[in-house]
Amino acid sequence: MSDAVHSDVQRFLDRLSERSNARGAEPTWIAARRQAGAARFEALGFPHRRIEAWKYTDVRAIARGDFHLATDADFSPATAASLTLPLEAHRLTFVDGIFAPALSRLDELPNGVQLLPLSRALVENHEALVENHEAVGGPLGRLTGVEFSAFAALNTAFMEEGAVLRLASGTIVEKPIILQFLSRAGEAPVMSHPRILLEAGSRSQATVIEHHVGEEGAANFTNLVEEVILERGAILTHYKLQEAPLADLHVASIHVEQARDSRYTSFNLNLGGGLVRNDLVAELDGQGAEANFNGLFYGQGRQHVDNHTLVNHNAPRTFSNENYKGILDDRAHGVFNGKVVVKRDSQQIEGYQSNANLLLSDRAEIDTKPELEIYADDVKCSHGSTTGQLDEEAVFALRCRGIDEQTARGLLTLAFAGEVLEQVDLDVIAERVERAVAGKLPERFNLTGLVEAATALNEE
Amino acid sequence: MLEVKDLHVTVEGSEILKGLSLTINAGEVHAIMGPNGAGKSTLSAVIAGKDGYQVTQGSITFEGQDVLEMEIEERARAGLLLGFQYPVEIPGVKNIYLLKAALNAQREAQGLGEIPAPAFMKLIKEKVASMKMDTSFLQRAVNEGFSGGEKKRNEILQMLVLQPKLAMLDEIDSGLDIDAMKVVADGVNSLRAEDRAILLVTHYQRLLDYIVPDRVHVLVDGRIVKSGDAELARELESRGYDWVQEETAA
Repeated sequence: MSDAVHSDVQRFLDRLSERSNARGAEPTWIAARRQAGAARFEALGFPHRRIEAWKYTDVRAIARGDFHLATDADFSPATAASLTLPLEAHRLTFVDGIFAPALSRLDELPNGVQLLPLSRALVENHEALVENHEAVGGPLGRLTGVEFSAFAALNTAFMEEGAVLRLASGTIVEKPIILQFLSRAGEAPVMSHPRILLEAGSRSQATVIEHHVGEEGAANFTNLVEEVILERGAILTHYKLQEAPLADLHVASIHVEQARDSRYTSFNLNLGGGLVRNDLVAELDGQGAEANFNGLFYGQGRQHVDNHTLVNHNAPRTFSNENYKGILDDRAHGVFNGKVVVKRDSQQIEGYQSNANLLLSDRAEIDTKPELEIYADDVKCSHGSTTGQLDEEAVFALRCRGIDEQTARGLLTLAFAGEVLEQVDLDVIAERVERAVAGKLPERFNLTGLVEAATALNEE
Repeated sequence: MLEVKDLHVTVEGSEILKGLSLTINAGEVHAIMGPNGAGKSTLSAVIAGKDGYQVTQGSITFEGQDVLEMEIEERARAGLLLGFQYPVEIPGVKNIYLLKAALNAQREAQGLGEIPAPAFMKLIKEKVASMKMDTSFLQRAVNEGFSGGEKKRNEILQMLVLQPKLAMLDEIDSGLDIDAMKVVADGVNSLRAEDRAILLVTHYQRLLDYIVPDRVHVLVDGRIVKSGDAELARELESRGYDWVQEETAA
């Protein structure tokens, strides 16, 4: 390790010891994991581009950064209100990683739903069962271990806040659950290492919206680890709406474990962030388990968005369906690496994967790599990737009907994203994405009115 | 209404139109005929503003405005609409979106507000019915998976909704069976009005049995070599284009 690289790693470790000193004593099992995380991070160092999984993503902007840890969750209520999704929802809010009770809504939680900040879950866990940390400590880190990546190790070393959601068997949550992460524009950049644990009991059902957003000008680093456990027959829809400010740095490692007949549907909608890396892994462990990965990434300016996905078909008759769409403008850089692995004896599985990209500028770049590894013989699998530009003939055809060029391009861009957006059930989210991708289009077109008009015609 | 004067157009360095002049007045239906490669499609493409055509000489004015100075969408909003020979498929954009967006763009240019939803629906239903199309077409992506005939009907439907001042129809009859052609011709005939003009570009006289033009022009090698009334089209049908070329050469 060179001196410069070593000092990058050391800077993060120094922050860690500062924090540990300030925090004081903690339960030994937490301290032990922290230590293991730090040791692993120190051994690995930040990933460099000679590592295959990081070939196209340069994390030096993170490694060389000098990030402090936030100490309060102060946030202007008016600004928060303008950033919060206008949805009737249960909500946990974090400001630069710190839990913000004033911006959260935890009243009216239905029976069978436990939703609380990790810090509280750890305390309750500790107080209730001093010698037994199984309740939270057991699942925490089981799916995303420190060996997964340097970032997962770093998260484990710093882990102290995040969200814990547990759904008892058979619980159906009507309102969506929002996990909101606000990023502040401060004098010095900060980092946070949120930890999310979602445990959906058998036959439970919920929609979780993870929303990353912040003040313009913020340049913070978020390093998220998320573990999702779906028991038999559980159904979880998981939105990850990334609208962080354009100088924010964001790394997320998401692991999903699925038991028999469970269904996990992911919407990875990435609009914001200067440097974004998502790792999304699903383990299909029981027959009938189904994972749907819907992704849309839109990059402009010099945004860099890297999505790595992996589906492991570990059991027969499991299903995965992945559809990622990338739209890149200006000098934005996108990376898609999707892998589907069918384990030996995982017969009669279906795994479909598709990645299509639209380049709106000559200087935009996409690196895409769909991968399929099959060790069973009775399977239905497909994968494919396409990259193209807007059809200039179509732009001309629309302009020939009086539609101005910007609107025509916006409309065609939206049409490209349509396949993914049509799956989005929450209008609030679909509209935000449409507006980001197509600029002025929604106002000009009054899409809602059109849809109504079209529906009415059909009904007659 | 439309005045084309001494128009010279080159495409990739070769001259396609070599001094074409044409005047179309309100209320008239003109047909431009000619052999393949004469430049028929070039004329309407240049008027609509398609890329790749360089006007080296001459002028096009529409209601006193210099068309060549106008953006593509401005031309359309001013009432100059081109019906395509090969309508492009636009996946993901529903027909109804296109129609409403186009109509509202036109209304905005005229200083009118957006059309209210009920009025829009009424208009669309009426026009769809007159083109003998099913309303399910409106929910389908523009031209995607449409047959040749459906695409052409769709072009006329757009004309009926947008009510252009000058409708230019490029080979609107190509690929149509006789029944589809009658529907298309009925649609075009319903556009005929005192304040509107229609320019048909066609290779075959057949269409002109259903849409009877006031003026017929023969375009050969980038110039209009002969003009006449509907009778000229019938003469071309029976004698072909060669005699015109010979007559001109002589």
